[in-house]
Amino acid sequence: MSSTATIVTLPDQATARLPKRNYLNNEDGLLSWLLTGDHKRIAMLYLISITFFFFIGGAFAGLIRLELLTPQPDLVAADTYNKFFTMHGIIMVFLFLVPSVPATIGNFLMPIMVGAKDLAFPKINLLSWYLYVLGGILLMAALVLGGVDTGWTFTTPLSTHYLNTHVITAALAIFVAGFSSIFTGLNFIVTIHRMRCPGMTWFRLPLFVWSNYAASLLMVLGTPVLAITLVLVLLERVFGIGVFDPTKGGDPLLFQHLFWFYSHPAVYIMILPGMGVISETISTFSRKRVFGYTAVAFSSVAIALFGFFVWAHHMFIMGISNYSALVFSLLTMLVAVPSAIKIFNWAFTLQKGSITFETPMLYSFGFMGLFTIGGVTGVFLGSLGMDIHLTETYFIVAHFHFVMVGGMLMAFLAGIHFWWPKMTGRMYPESLSKLAAVTTFIGFILTFMPQFILGYLGMPRRYHAYPPEYQVLNVLSTAGATVLGVGYMLPLLYLGWSLKYGAIAGDNPWQATGLEWQIQSPPLTENFIEIPIMDHEAYDYEWLEQKQKNEVTTVG
Amino acid sequence: MDNTVATEHPHTHETAVHVEHEHIALPQHRHHFETVEQQREAGSFGMWLFLLTEIMFFGGLFFAYLLYRNWYYAAFASASETLSIQIGTANTAILITSGFFMALAVWAAEVRKKKMLVWTLILTTVFGVAFLGFKYDEYHAKWVEHHIPGAHFDIKDFVNPPINPQTHKPIEDPISPDMAQRTQIFFFLYFAMTGMHALHMIIGVGLLFWLIRRAARGDFSAGYVAPIENFGLYWHFVDIIWLFLYPLLYLINRHPMH
Repeated sequence: MSSTATIVTLPDQATARLPKRNYLNNEDGLLSWLLTGDHKRIAMLYLISITFFFFIGGAFAGLIRLELLTPQPDLVAADTYNKFFTMHGIIMVFLFLVPSVPATIGNFLMPIMVGAKDLAFPKINLLSWYLYVLGGILLMAALVLGGVDTGWTFTTPLSTHYLNTHVITAALAIFVAGFSSIFTGLNFIVTIHRMRCPGMTWFRLPLFVWSNYAASLLMVLGTPVLAITLVLVLLERVFGIGVFDPTKGGDPLLFQHLFWFYSHPAVYIMILPGMGVISETISTFSRKRVFGYTAVAFSSVAIALFGFFVWAHHMFIMGISNYSALVFSLLTMLVAVPSAIKIFNWAFTLQKGSITFETPMLYSFGFMGLFTIGGVTGVFLGSLGMDIHLTETYFIVAHFHFVMVGGMLMAFLAGIHFWWPKMTGRMYPESLSKLAAVTTFIGFILTFMPQFILGYLGMPRRYHAYPPEYQVLNVLSTAGATVLGVGYMLPLLYLGWSLKYGAIAGDNPWQATGLEWQIQSPPLTENFIEIPIMDHEAYDYEWLEQKQKNEVTTVG
Repeated sequence: MDNTVATEHPHTHETAVHVEHEHIALPQHRHHFETVEQQREAGSFGMWLFLLTEIMFFGGLFFAYLLYRNWYYAAFASASETLSIQIGTANTAILITSGFFMALAVWAAEVRKKKMLVWTLILTTVFGVAFLGFKYDEYHAKWVEHHIPGAHFDIKDFVNPPINPQTHKPIEDPISPDMAQRTQIFFFLYFAMTGMHALHMIIGVGLLFWLIRRAARGDFSAGYVAPIENFGLYWHFVDIIWLFLYPLLYLINRHPMH
């Protein structure tokens, strides 16, 4: 391929050392981590905990695929299978996807990118991690005590009246974890509004900041609605009153409205920060300013705005009126526009750029392709006629996973690889990580492409058995999941390895323009020795060249 | 508002050796903020955002209220009549008074009147606790009347309303047993909404005790008033929620004749 062309410039390994003083060794001992106010350390705490939950959620995915290897229900009983997909969904959505990029990469970078020493409220930031952990512990408790089988959507009155599993514990877990995400969003918004360094105007902000800003708006406005919905579910379940129970005059559709009012914007909470990562990597690895910076910036905000007005497309077959279905279908089509703006602008950024194929770029290409497929099938599902045929089938499962795993997880991994040298001061092994990126991509296509066909043929989701004629495609999917599993294990191993043995990365291995690349890696606890003054546009590669020239002359 | 901090600068300008370090005038200044103003603005902006999340939180309940009130208007009207309008109105007045003292407290902090700050905070607390006391009394009455939704709920007051001894007529129009069951939804929303509100009050009272201690120690008498201001915003927000709850829950279909 193009393994010869690379922009990576590392310091001379014979003489290079990690900076003597940095945020990792500034203080020692477990308590200095558990009581830290440093956004970078909190990001690391988040990274460790979400990785833990990712692999637990992944294990459930593996069990699901294993059961679906054969048409007969031979691995587990129906009840257990229900618990598998519920736990997989809850863990992945609330404990991995929602906090993945914002709470780890975002936490680490947000203050540095706006030129501040920390987020506006460091203690609230730490509190947010503790709430996340508490939510995680509660969910693990629900799991150990016997699990939940409502599906991650907590559909009423099933969840409130007809099940004897640990709905209360699980709903409490999500309630608590929800506040962790509210606090992250609140911190980001205040930081972006009030903590920008001199010269850092809104339109000089990196696009990563813009997309996290949009996601934070959704977190702050959407999550409280989920919180109150879960409170109502809890009260209904504990006291047996019927606010969502039709036999007592309640309206199950009300639950659906309230739940999806959060949970649809939630998918944008998950994907927007990932889009921010892609804007950074695409620009860096094609050595060009992001094409149509303003359009990309505003498309994030547009997604956040439209995202609040499409929730009823989850309810087309639930008995909402034809007219509202029509309106929500139209709005759903509209939300595809800003997403497409992003994809087109990234494509134009690549055009005539000096593209190199480092690992973060490979993951970014994976994102662009898979997210596009996921997005376009979303438009299928937004059309009323198609939706009635496809909803509650594997088509939905495939669509959602293309956006969330193919899109978001790829973006997360792109971001982790891209900023790994900044976070740890060390490079990951390049060829192994390229292998991981390619393995992930192949595994992903193999896992989820057959599911589109399965869904179109009519295989419903959430069943542990299926007619024998679907077996070939299911075997393909399970085989793909195995490959995908390997693709995810690899980074865990080699990134861990690189912590000790990776090459010293230096300040700016990618020759990138962001403020975070102009400081040492790993950064100081206070990020900047002096508060920087932003005197150039974002992604200004000429400015970087000029700066490096000056540095060389002064040293020489 | 900003004067309190701004007036301090001339002094520091004259006395401090390093003019660029003038912003470290207050011990409460946090290192990651460039200036005290930035810290204060960030704090107040954060508080407003938090209140926005609170609006969305209560918004879910108000939305449910709107839906069921339209569906089961008769049940809502009937059930609403059983709430004590006297206590409800008195509590509204009490809460507004408490809010008034809170506003005074913010002013007292800004003009650095320590004694007045402590006393207004104490009065804010007293009226807040009084509100909660009356609320408890109302909840207790509902318990006695079997108007708490669930297994012990009794619809007889709505199907066969008690007779007014003076007019010898039912004190309110009877409703069908089916509709009377729906009063449970009203009471559920009543308890959920006023309960959430009361929970916010309890948290507020807890914070007030903490603020009173700090105020008595003199923490807010030297120009650092952000906690008082931000708590004031919170307390007024809780007041405003009640100002919506009171007409929506107590005044659905009241007539002077009853």
